[in-house]
Amino acid sequence: MTLTAKELWTVLHGMVFGAIFLIAFAGGFAGLWSLTPSLVTQAGVRERMRRLLIGMWTMAIMAWATVITGTYIVYPWYRAPDPSSPRSLLIANPELKTWHTFGMEWKEHVGWFAPILATAVAFLVTYYGSALVEKNRLRKAILVIFSIAFLASAVAGIFGAFLNKVAPIR
Amino acid sequence: MNARTNSIRSDGVAAAAVLASGIGVFVTGVLTTMAEISGALKAALDWYAPAGPLSGKAGTGIVVWLIIWVILHYAWREKEVNFGAIYALSLGLVALGWVLTFPLVFEAFSG
Repeated sequence: MTLTAKELWTVLHGMVFGAIFLIAFAGGFAGLWSLTPSLVTQAGVRERMRRLLIGMWTMAIMAWATVITGTYIVYPWYRAPDPSSPRSLLIANPELKTWHTFGMEWKEHVGWFAPILATAVAFLVTYYGSALVEKNRLRKAILVIFSIAFLASAVAGIFGAFLNKVAPIR
Repeated sequence: MNARTNSIRSDGVAAAAVLASGIGVFVTGVLTTMAEISGALKAALDWYAPAGPLSGKAGTGIVVWLIIWVILHYAWREKEVNFGAIYALSLGLVALGWVLTFPLVFEAFSG
């Protein structure tokens, strides 16, 4: 039960950093969604804000860790110019080529949207804090941006998982 | 409500953050498609050879995002802006960025 260094980095990229982001989304969304006077007391807001701040910034950091390890560590191995690289193997096989031309090409670009949007969300939750309870329109806007960040990460994560199945990095 | 939250009622800060992130996403999308059209641009975006032009596409998007964010934050932080319009514009930019990074779109421009 050993992993090569490349496999370990791939696991860190997708199954640790990326997974933490995706899993934390549900809690972050629920926390932001319920930040209304009808659902929480003042004491509840104080308690919830602390968790929201920790959660949002953790997600933003995980999103950056995911894309940076992906682009600068794992992706170079994927696209190495030798014939045995995952990219080369996928392109050489007509039945698998679309995994690269569509799957990887979409994943590698859209994934970068997640940290940009997640950082904006974390900043706004920090800056406005408990004022978001009364700024309903802004809170909903943040929820939408947060959801788009999740979607971007989900697309990247799903295709990453499939690509590592079809053409694993070893 | 404490003094800090009372003093930051302005939507300008939110508008700056949202619009800047929309612009960052849009720029990344534009560069993705333009790199398929222009070989010279593609080469210029090859900031880190092992990662190829993706390094420059994402890098430029990040740099533009951060610069725009700082500028707009300081320009709008004391102001009440039309948040609704700016938010709609930002979502439009994000949508365009998404479209321009969709393989069926940008690969249609491949030489």
